[in-house]
Amino acid sequence: MNAAFDIKSLVQEIDYGTPASEAEQQVTLTVDGKSVTVPAGTSIMRASMEAGVEIPKLCATDMLDSFGSCRVCLVEIDGRGGTPASCTTPVGEGMVVHTQTDRLNAIRRGVMELYVSDHPTGWNEKAGTGASEFDKVAKTVGLTENRYGIEGRNHVKQEDGVAPGHGSLAVDYIARDESNPYFTYDPAQCIVCSRCVRACEEVQGTFALTIEGRGFESRMVAGMHEDFIASECVSCGACVQACPTDALREKSVLAKGLPERSAVTTCAYCGVGCSFKAEVKGDEVIRMMPYKEGKANHGHSCVKGRFAYGYATHKDRILSPMIREKVTDPWREVSWEEAIAHTAKEFRRIQYQYGRTAIGGITSSRCTNEETYLVQKLVRQGFRNNNVDTCARVCHSPTGYGLGQTYGTSAGTQDFDSVEFTDVAVVIGANPVSAHPVFASRLKKRLRQGAKLIVLDPRRTEMVKSAHIEAAYHLPLKPGTNVAVLTALAHVVVTEGLFDEAFIRERCDWAEFQDWASFVALPENSPEIVGKLSGVDPELIRGAARLYATGGNGAIYYGLGVTEHSQGSTTVMAIANLAMATGNIGRPGVGVNPLRGQNNVQGSCDMGSFPHELPGYRHISGEAVRDIYESLWGVKLDDEPGLRIPNMLDAAVDGSFKGIYIQGEDILQSDPDTKHVAAGLAAMECVVVHDLFLNETANYAHVFLPGSTFLEKDGTFTNAERRINMVRKVLEPKARYADWEATQELARAIGLDWNYRHPSEIMDEIAKTTPSFAGVSFELLDRVGSVQWPCNEKAPLGTPIMHIDGFVRGKGKFIRTEYVATDERTGPRFPLLLTTGRILSQYNVGAQTRRTENVMWHAEDRLEIHPHDAENRGIRDGDWVRLASRSGETSLRALITDRVSPGVVYTTFHHPDTQANVITTDFSDWATNCPEYKVTAVQVAPSNGPTEWQRDYNEQARQSRRIAPLEAAE
Amino acid sequence: MIPRIYIPGDSGALALGAEKVAKAIEKELADRGIEAKIVRNGSRGAYFLEPMVEVATADKGRVAYGPVKPSDVKSLFDCGFLTGGYHKRWLGAPDKIPFLAKQTRLTFARCGVINPLSLDHYKAHGGLKGLQNAVAMAPADIVKQVTESGLRGRGGAGFPTGIKWKTVLETTADRKYIVCNADEGDSGTFADRMIMEGDPFVLIEGMAIAGIATGATKGFIYIRSEYPHAVAVMRKAVEIARGAGLLGLNVLGSPNAFDMEVRVGAGAYVCGEETSLLDSLEGKRGQVRAKPPLPAHKGLFGKPTVINNVISLASVPIIMDKGAAFYKDFGMGRSRGTIPIQIAGNVKYPGLYEAAFGMTLGEIVDDIGGGTATGRPVKAVQVGGPLGAYFPRALFDTPFDYEAFAAKDGLIGHAGIVVFDDTADMLKQARFAMEFCSIESCGKCTPCRIGSTRGVEVLDRLAQSIEPEKQIALVTDLCNTMKFGSLCALGGFTPYPVMSALNHFPEDFRPTPVAEAAE
Repeated sequence: MNAAFDIKSLVQEIDYGTPASEAEQQVTLTVDGKSVTVPAGTSIMRASMEAGVEIPKLCATDMLDSFGSCRVCLVEIDGRGGTPASCTTPVGEGMVVHTQTDRLNAIRRGVMELYVSDHPTGWNEKAGTGASEFDKVAKTVGLTENRYGIEGRNHVKQEDGVAPGHGSLAVDYIARDESNPYFTYDPAQCIVCSRCVRACEEVQGTFALTIEGRGFESRMVAGMHEDFIASECVSCGACVQACPTDALREKSVLAKGLPERSAVTTCAYCGVGCSFKAEVKGDEVIRMMPYKEGKANHGHSCVKGRFAYGYATHKDRILSPMIREKVTDPWREVSWEEAIAHTAKEFRRIQYQYGRTAIGGITSSRCTNEETYLVQKLVRQGFRNNNVDTCARVCHSPTGYGLGQTYGTSAGTQDFDSVEFTDVAVVIGANPVSAHPVFASRLKKRLRQGAKLIVLDPRRTEMVKSAHIEAAYHLPLKPGTNVAVLTALAHVVVTEGLFDEAFIRERCDWAEFQDWASFVALPENSPEIVGKLSGVDPELIRGAARLYATGGNGAIYYGLGVTEHSQGSTTVMAIANLAMATGNIGRPGVGVNPLRGQNNVQGSCDMGSFPHELPGYRHISGEAVRDIYESLWGVKLDDEPGLRIPNMLDAAVDGSFKGIYIQGEDILQSDPDTKHVAAGLAAMECVVVHDLFLNETANYAHVFLPGSTFLEKDGTFTNAERRINMVRKVLEPKARYADWEATQELARAIGLDWNYRHPSEIMDEIAKTTPSFAGVSFELLDRVGSVQWPCNEKAPLGTPIMHIDGFVRGKGKFIRTEYVATDERTGPRFPLLLTTGRILSQYNVGAQTRRTENVMWHAEDRLEIHPHDAENRGIRDGDWVRLASRSGETSLRALITDRVSPGVVYTTFHHPDTQANVITTDFSDWATNCPEYKVTAVQVAPSNGPTEWQRDYNEQARQSRRIAPLEAAE
Repeated sequence: MIPRIYIPGDSGALALGAEKVAKAIEKELADRGIEAKIVRNGSRGAYFLEPMVEVATADKGRVAYGPVKPSDVKSLFDCGFLTGGYHKRWLGAPDKIPFLAKQTRLTFARCGVINPLSLDHYKAHGGLKGLQNAVAMAPADIVKQVTESGLRGRGGAGFPTGIKWKTVLETTADRKYIVCNADEGDSGTFADRMIMEGDPFVLIEGMAIAGIATGATKGFIYIRSEYPHAVAVMRKAVEIARGAGLLGLNVLGSPNAFDMEVRVGAGAYVCGEETSLLDSLEGKRGQVRAKPPLPAHKGLFGKPTVINNVISLASVPIIMDKGAAFYKDFGMGRSRGTIPIQIAGNVKYPGLYEAAFGMTLGEIVDDIGGGTATGRPVKAVQVGGPLGAYFPRALFDTPFDYEAFAAKDGLIGHAGIVVFDDTADMLKQARFAMEFCSIESCGKCTPCRIGSTRGVEVLDRLAQSIEPEKQIALVTDLCNTMKFGSLCALGGFTPYPVMSALNHFPEDFRPTPVAEAAE
């Protein structure tokens, strides 16, 4: 194993000081007598580091453009006067650089002496960790004294007094800011290097920090001289990571000391799949540090991955298996052996009593590929049916279907790096600033470089307008009209002759294109007609279509606003059509990119979690494919697709489905029509929930198996760009078993001969049986970091961009996308349209983030409503309102904002109290059953507080979470 | 012929009461029922004679009177000043006044002579010939002519203007800019202001030539907020120039597009440093950028940008009119052409003196400036603004030339010189330099941000005789750190006044201890 991943030591990354140069031309120079060759445009600082000569630095770090303010990195160059800064001076051919001379040492010492004269160090006071970059540089330059003394003007001391020479009170002191739950800002230790400010601008793109004042009065402040928590800061941690002193430092580090060891792993929140160094001391995670070599995030992070890991040790976590006879009983803690034996016995009983197909399983998009593979294997090999499904059912199943039909693969076409070559980005039904923040930062960086942005969203999201970003076009379409608007965009492309004929003739079926073109050109698909039903100005549609078709590399990024509709699959195909028609497929900068919600939702789909597909998206009816598994697993597989989640619940209500093994998913909170889900679960005889917490679904469970966090296991996650990233164990499982081990115990208990000793062996089996994973192994991932599937003989290091020389299915397929309005319509009783989404600080059903300090930012779900609609109903900001649909009602507090259009209301679903899915209907995508979360006709009215349902539900939840006290030993 | 009276509208003259004089003359004309045209010209630069009123007479040409006080007006009329009659303020023909007669006026030829906002006057006095020549030339040829003239940046750094232009010309970009640095903040300097108020079209012409020469189509003049009169004149002049086809899509009817606008600073000295000026123009806080990249490659809004001082740009039209050789013929060594020396401080004859490079400092101070205004001996002269070195009499043989001053650890900067008599305390002057730096520091680089504040504190301890040798050693080290460690000239040049004061006037740095109280 690579030493960098050995959890026994602390992973140290080299900071080259300035970003790498992309230039092809090479330049050779000499640094302190060592010859080094680097790309033209490289800084002397970076070239020196590559030659093994570390030049002291404070304001430079390789995540940021050079700045040249600290003046400790000065060098001398033969033939040039002065002492240029090595961070801002590019290399030159034949340059002879000296980094250590008496003159340079004197200047460096002089500068450091000035620094410490205004820093606790110079006052012989302990500051922060005592091991910051600043502390190290002070030692490196040999600084021994502060001849300026401590009587002068300074930012260190709180006492007022007369500063000698200035005749004014010492008003320079700013108190420490502890307002952020995760980090501290101590202005006394700040050296005004601007690394935090630049990280906030260049890396994160939020522009929350600034330097206030000038000269000696320069101070870093958040917002308009506010506390961090009150400012625009989104707590991504980039500033803390950038700080060379301990002015900005994780509270966990200040409280518990520096970490001792670490391993590189992958974040378990969203589908971006950021790489982190999980830094540990004893058996406790001290902090999560973004890993620069991580190919999805390149060293950046968001508030969730960086800081919100506290749920792993939250008191709510269940660490012992539990069982109960009836769901009205309190839980009884039992041994793993008893819980597993009980479950196996119950499943066997149910199958005996109600039939082979009366049980099933749900794989988790939060667990590893290996764990997901095992759950579907348990169902197919052990339960001997195909009743396996996953939460992708409710999010991106239309992506799999739509892209599979048109292109031949069920995944995004690009890597995230592709965005660096994009000229026009189209964001449809997604708000990456909140839901995929690290990708949003990369997109915003490209937009600041001049790329154009088109946003299709009912809401004026943070993407539409933020610091230095403004969409060229925002099409605020009515929820449910995606297909109409996308077809209207195609109408403009076709009727104005903006399509890429050469691309289409070469890559697609020309006859199919002509058929499609004649369809989209119909007058009813024109922006003028579609504008009326979608509420979008036809000129915006025309302008956006022209920009996408003619503005250079066009890339489409979309989210659940596309898929969670009755025409979700049609919308995905409309997107695919548009990209093909304009030739925006098969090279960097273009493509169709689903922004996947969960860390491993791509992987769970890849691993055969759907009832009709074996791993690698191969249909269960295929004999050759079944053969592979039948010969390996030694059983005959059912050749008929099994039940999808909604079908399982329907069957349960009907009495033919009685037992389920749910790993890491909370279907009661996340699936639509909560009451129907509850009814289905209540009708089952053995519900097994395998999770970290007693989630909402567990209220209906008979067996609870304690889960393990991503910190407690080895494995892989596959992110939205098909990238297979390593998950590495940094802590022992708190509940004894990693999830794959628990599944294996269950499999053995029902008689399967499973003997995996390590998840790498599971991956070996996946590779052996799945062509697109044929080249994947833990050994390869340790060696190269990560790969994007397909990874096999043809692409030994994976495939960053797909469909380069032709579509996977052969010819790209144009499919007609007729707009069919959803059956969910507004009327006099339900005149408003509800759509749902996420916010930055919370994640999905909130099981994890609600158990962290992130609740400071979002303690409850609020209903966004336009001022007109609010005024008509007599609703004021913050009022409790009743939100009712044909399915049910709930209540929550209103937030009045014009980010939503009149007629549209919006909420998040992070808190179980809100129960937003009581409202949503059972309408779903025609092809995949993906629920129509994004369109529900509702009425909103003032209310006194929570509804009866909410109160009843809370009481039931409280009752069902009781755990019986252990009987005292005699 | 209606008499024509010239009363300067120049800020310096206004400060000396020109407005009151103008009002008094208007009133007197009305009272006497005399019809006359009052022209508000710029200043010719002899400030010891301001407000200097001139009358254009039929037979004697222009006749000057000064310095005129409002109380003089009545008697001026009584003495027949409208026809050049004698009065105690009579100065005769202005171009015969020795201070003016001895100058070599190339850049300032029209300043104080013409109506600043009359394009006709401008043309009648040789204006626009340079631009007319330029529009008929290839850009590279214009750049070549400016290069061959030997013109160097008059802002202080003395970088060859033609080479800067060549870099911008040869950098391809969809857009380029000409930025004129009119943030004239050095103590004792006023050349930029004078030319903007007295001959704005020469600057516009120079910028248009720069635009055509480099392929830039847009110009900005960044004027310090302390120059409201210059801002007003330049804004009007740009409007007039645009109306007359000097600016716009077709400069002088040629296919070259060039337009410009005036922007006003917000009171930061450091914004006279070219990169922080660019940040300020972009709407950011005025903070120095590290170089490279040079503004010529990545300047305003990241585009190739010529950023030149007012006087550099205003010197271009005459070079394009009379040729490189004509201009280059003036001066010495590598300092070619003329330099508008601004003489200020404790001096008998303060004012602007344009001359070829090469006069000695002594000639300028003693002969032209006439020594101190107080009549006491000259102790020191600070050349080049607040960051320039203090020169003692011993160095008065230094010729006014970039290299000669550098050789004596000094700089000519923007050519402002401030004279001090023997009552000046050079320790206080050194402290002032540090204090100035601490007030004006942008705060980006550490030597300047913290060093200047510490410099004040160390010099204060020195003034109190607290361990003087230790303080002198510390301030010497600090100056070394600031000089070689600072990002821009503000922190980097502050050591010049400090160390020159310390080196040339050591006695001021070892003050006699306060006598102990008698027992």
